[in-house]
Amino acid sequence: MESVLELRDLTKHYPTHQAVNCISLCIKPGEFFSLVGPSGCGKTTTLRLIAGFEAPTSGEILLNGNSVTSLPPYRRDVNTVFQSYALFPHLTVVQNVAFGLERRRRESKIEIREKVKRALALVQLSGKESRLPSQISGGERQRVALARSLVLEPQVLLLDEPLSALDPKLRKQMRGELKSLQRRVGIAFLFVTHDQEEALSLSDRMAVMNGGRLEQIGAPRELYQQPKSRFAAEFLGEVNWINGTGVRPEATRISSNSPGDSVSSFTAVVEGSTFLGDCVHVQTRLPDGAQCTAELRRQECPFRTGDPVYVWWHASDELHFPIND
Amino acid sequence: MSRLRIAFLTPTAAVMGLLFFAPLLIVFAYSFLTRGAYGGVMRPWTLEAYDRVFDPLYGHILWRSLWIAAVSTFLCLALGLPLALYIARSASYKTLLLNLVMLPFWTSFLIRTYAWMFLLRDTGLINTALESLHLIRAPFPLLFNSGAVILGLVYGYLPFMVLPLYATLEKLDPSLLDAAADLGASPGISLWRVIIPLSKSGMIAGCLLVFIPCLGAFLTPDLMGGGKTVMIGNLVQNQFTTARDWPFGAAISLWLMVLVLFVTAFLGRKGEELI
Repeated sequence: MESVLELRDLTKHYPTHQAVNCISLCIKPGEFFSLVGPSGCGKTTTLRLIAGFEAPTSGEILLNGNSVTSLPPYRRDVNTVFQSYALFPHLTVVQNVAFGLERRRRESKIEIREKVKRALALVQLSGKESRLPSQISGGERQRVALARSLVLEPQVLLLDEPLSALDPKLRKQMRGELKSLQRRVGIAFLFVTHDQEEALSLSDRMAVMNGGRLEQIGAPRELYQQPKSRFAAEFLGEVNWINGTGVRPEATRISSNSPGDSVSSFTAVVEGSTFLGDCVHVQTRLPDGAQCTAELRRQECPFRTGDPVYVWWHASDELHFPIND
Repeated sequence: MSRLRIAFLTPTAAVMGLLFFAPLLIVFAYSFLTRGAYGGVMRPWTLEAYDRVFDPLYGHILWRSLWIAAVSTFLCLALGLPLALYIARSASYKTLLLNLVMLPFWTSFLIRTYAWMFLLRDTGLINTALESLHLIRAPFPLLFNSGAVILGLVYGYLPFMVLPLYATLEKLDPSLLDAAADLGASPGISLWRVIIPLSKSGMIAGCLLVFIPCLGAFLTPDLMGGGKTVMIGNLVQNQFTTARDWPFGAAISLWLMVLVLFVTAFLGRKGEELI
């Protein structure tokens, strides 16, 4: 399948550092793609390069196979949902959503009104048309920002940490809505976040970024279960490191009796447990000083601090990386 | 009101009351008296001064003052907006550029006006240079006309336009301009649809700060206009000096003040509607 957005060796140097370092990436039509990494890893700069707010030092950006690298942002068929939403404070909800359509002058006034109405219905904002951004809630502003970009039906929608300004409960709700919205409109989303849980739960495919480079690209499950680097493994979830082997807490088993010789097991001492609502994390320490956390699905922990236990796992749950890491 | 608040307000209130409102009351009283033979005022009380304010001759001067002030204000806005925008958007030279805008205040306005005259007069730097290059035969009349007055006013009051504009533009969220570009607005459209609407409060403040002193200016029209471009400020000044008609001078001053209040109220209301 042809890709709707392609980055070829995209690089951005700043006088003080290299923000984006030789990134190559293809995004397919209708795909929900996440770019995830710690703050300062270059994910937002990558997004700004695609939108055209910054010019790359080298490399190319292709939209539907055509280079847009030298086009100004107002000539690129991509749209951005900003972290701060960047709604025009002097314009009403309707005027904000109509802003892009009016610039384009492709539709008549009646058509614009129709499209804006449909976009607002899509994000469930009907009835708030004549409010100013200062007169609606944070979640509603978020929806206006989405409608304002989606109404233009861009090739790719760029989202820069759009959920980070919302409170946790609303964030979870919007996460679900975002996903179903993306399915309905069928536009490719390039979603930037530092929240690995967001990326894992939303994406068709995702890329982990670190220090301006792409560490790994793949489906969320693949990245989580078969991370290619220690960084990717640790960024996407917790990892226990025992004798150079990585294993996730939910794959780590803990028992009072030896599991037998079929699996390799280690003796450890329980150091404490943390109740997390839907599960319990039991922290243990091995004789060599290594810490190992096991996740228990039941809500009551049968182990007490100081109990001697065995920790073990199935070999198929081990995480393996190339030696160079 | 708490004691502390009263203590804080008293100095300002005293200064304003003694040095502003009291003289204003005196001016108000003078405008209803009869002129003395050698300046000053005497009784009887009369409305004669106000009768003369509406003489067509003075109406002409008022009209000229209004359009010179309006043109100067417009030019200040046209020059000041790009400058303020540039300063607000420049990353590293903000302080330096702002200080440069305020630099003229370090020298007396009178001296700076004389400097302009030195540049513009018939035997001044510009005309001498043009003549020695044989670009013109006779000196170009750069001084002692309305154009020179406007130039002097724009020069003198430009900082009063730039500073409030800068204060508004500096607060403008740069991501709004990214958003405008993202939605297909060229830089020109962004300026028109986003920057200007969002800097209206600064524009109104700047326009008031320029228009009001321009309307009452007397030094610039006197020196750069050479007495040929009489503005309402000169008229007032003349009444208190050479013409020795204090009641008439007082009446024009008050009339000017009413006019300024009217403009301020109008622009203020316009501003409230827009914000």
